Amino acid sequence: MRAVSLGIALFAFWLLLSGHYTLFLTGLGFASSIACVLVAKRMNLIDVEGHPIQLLPGAMTYVPWLVWEIAKSTFAVMVIVLRGPSAISPNLIKVKASQKSQVGINVYGNSITLTPGTITVDVEDDEFTVHALTQSTASDLAEGSMDRRVVRMENGL
Amino acid sequence: MEQALQYLSWVLIASGSVVVVVGALGLIRMPDVFTRMHAAGMIDTMGATLLLAGMALTAGLSLVTLKLLVLWLLFIFTSPVAGHALARAALYAGVRPHLNDDNHIERVPAKYGLFSQPEKEQ
Repeated sequence: MRAVSLGIALFAFWLLLSGHYTLFLTGLGFASSIACVLVAKRMNLIDVEGHPIQLLPGAMTYVPWLVWEIAKSTFAVMVIVLRGPSAISPNLIKVKASQKSQVGINVYGNSITLTPGTITVDVEDDEFTVHALTQSTASDLAEGSMDRRVVRMENGL
Repeated sequence: MEQALQYLSWVLIASGSVVVVVGALGLIRMPDVFTRMHAAGMIDTMGATLLLAGMALTAGLSLVTLKLLVLWLLFIFTSPVAGHALARAALYAGVRPHLNDDNHIERVPAKYGLFSQPEKEQ
């Protein structure tokens, strides 16, 4: 199931990038997609972490929400940059990730880094050390709405 | 309609450019590695998003738009990994972040402080 979905994704990617659609070349592309899937299967790469399609339904609503969050915090960071170094109040804080799976924790950590104003600098089990640009970005993160959002996405909502 | 899309695309590309320029300014203005990374981080998230969205509107519904979408996904998946690796490497190499309170040296966990003494505040 996962292998089939990986094969389809790889072939779609090949079609997108190649721009050649004769039968022979498309056949070669299809064959190489299959070969990649077989190699990945042999290396045990196709699992919940290697090809996490189980997150796809959740990602449908999570990604737009994340982009909106990024837009808001980009604006805040732009204002801080324009006001200069006197406007910053950098912080190192510990944040707890309440996701159940490794993939969920990974998504949460990466989302924190993607959002301007906060960077995940270290991960230990389910605890992140986060560098925040200002006091307010730190307290926004500690409040935990992103954490809850990622948990919801993990559960497929 | 076509005209409206064209204008919207200009707006997106222009605001994306503003984000990139302000990000570059932040890279120069901010005091240390970590705060500079915050400024740089918004270039490859929001800057890239706005620019690619603007280009996609100009390209219309075509193969190019799909390629731009894949490019955007590439940015979204790779930039936090690179950012995290850089920040972590800096911290473990003994770079002390400037923190806003006086007891900031205690707030940096001891395991990061193996290699160098804390820098003096300027």
